This record gives sequence, structure tokens and C-alpha cells, in this order.
Amino acid sequence: MLLIDCPCCGVSGEETEFAAGGEAHLKREGPGSSDDAFTAYLFERKNPRGVHFERWRHAFGCGKWFHMARSTATLEVFGVYAADVLAPPQSVLDRIEEARSEGRVK
Amino acid sequence: MDMTLARPLMEGTADSGAGGLKLSVQPLRGMVTLRADLSDATVAKAVKDAVGSDMPGVRKATDTALWMSPDELLLLCPYGEQADVVGKLTDALADTHHLAVDVSDARTLFRLEGDTAREVLAKGAPVDLARGQFTVGDLRRTRISHVAAAFWQSGEGPDVFEIICFRSYARYLWDWLEESSREGSMPGVL
Ligand SMILES: [Zn+2]
Repeated sequence: MLLIDCPCCGVSGEETEFAAGGEAHLKREGPGSSDDAFTAYLFERKNPRGVHFERWRHAFGCGKWFHMARSTATLEVFGVYAADVLAPPQSVLDRIEEARSEGRVK
Repeated sequence: MDMTLARPLMEGTADSGAGGLKLSVQPLRGMVTLRADLSDATVAKAVKDAVGSDMPGVRKATDTALWMSPDELLLLCPYGEQADVVGKLTDALADTHHLAVDVSDARTLFRLEGDTAREVLAKGAPVDLARGQFTVGDLRRTRISHVAAAFWQSGEGPDVFEIICFRSYARYLWDWLEESSREGSMPGVL
């Protein structure tokens, strides 16, 4: 069970109040893309054992989308951040680096 | 058939033996969704003029304004006055980005009152309902059992909770609340 802090409304809620929205920071491939690039965009997803950047929605709460970085191995949450960014903020990357240096994640 | 007046989907009251718990379906109430920048003073004034409420804080409820999300309120008024409330908001916010919609028939309102009301809610909602943690004016939009709902603690008594859910879930939530209110089923931890 994850405990998630919604960055939009501030609730510290349990996982069942939220809905996972899959891998974050996908680059959209549209008209003009190669078939391979479009196929990859549609179907191919990372499946790491370790750090994963994800989209989540506070589905039963405020209804807003946001991003979350967590470890798929330990379920440690490294941070949550706004939905409208293309990459994780430095503060979240720093926390992941700290977890790496302490051996909590690969 | 008069299409402007809805009937409550259901009616009912139930008294449980558990700590004098009382569960009831509330009469229809006017409900207006307002989406706007809640930090905008123009919006706060429009809300005050429309339903007489100050802007509720995050996850707070007043008698007539419920915080629903960072850019959304649910405003309450007597049933039949909702068109008037929408009209006032629309006029006051003519030059402000907003959305005001009558959603009075979208939701059903319940009231659960009694010493153990918070224990009943805590069985189904992932919310800290301990006395002192959840008090008068606090609101949570969350789930109860499997359905989306919101509840807030009313100031009309020591342990009065108002609960809303979508109309189509009302029967399910009623049954769940009634069953969860049965005597002998309280964990006795709150
Ligand atoms: Zn939220």
C-alpha cells in the first residue's frame, strides 16, 4: 500500500484514493513519424525494477493529475510533482540520488 | 410532466441501535458547481453575494460552500433557487474565466449523526476520522466503500456528518451505510 501526498490538494492519502496513469514523460509521435516510432509510442513501455516515473490521478479526491517518482522494487516514493512538466524537477532527482547512495535503489 | 423538478431518488430514515445513530436521506438541495480561480477576490465576492458564504479553505465546508478541488466549489442553496445562484455568479463573473452549472439533480445527500457516526465512515473511507483530526467544517472528497463520495462535519450537533454521492450510487451507499451502522459492529476505536 502506497501513501501518496497529492501535490494538487495536499492530502496525504492511501493508494486506493488514487489511480495510476502509466509511464510519465512519453514523447508523442504523430503525423510524419516513422511506423516504428509510432508503434513504440503507442505500445512500448519501460518496466524497470527500480526508479519509475509515473502519471497518477487523485481520482476519488480532487480529480487532478500529477507525476510521481517511485521505486517499483521497494514502493518508496521519491517525490510528487506537477503534471505540466516534461521532466522531473531537480529536487526529486536529488532524492533518488540520495536513495542510490544509500543503497535503497539501483 | 414537469421536467424542471426532480424527485429525490429515494427517501428514508433508519435508526440504528448503535449509539443512537441516525441515518437519513436529506431533502433535495440546490447544488451549483463553480469552477474558477478560488484565490481571485472577484470570485470570492461572487460566492459571498450568491450564497452568503466566505471562501472555504482547502478541504473545508461552510454551510453553503464546499471545497471540491483546487479550482472547484460546490455551492448549496434551497432547492428551486439554484437558477438564481447560477445567474448571480454568471453576472458577477462575466469578465472572469469561470464555469457555473446547476448540478442539483446529480447527487444525493445523506446525513449520519450519532456518537459512532465517525466510526461508520471510517470503515469505508481512507480518512483519519479521529476526534480532533476531523472536526466541524472539515471536508473530504474521497471514496466510501467503492463509490466516490464527499462528506463533511456539520456544526449542527456534536457528531453530524453530511454525505453526498452521485445519485446513481445512492441506493448502494444507503445500503452500505445502513449495514455499517448496525449495533455490535463498531470497532470502538474512535
Ligand atoms: Zn488531490
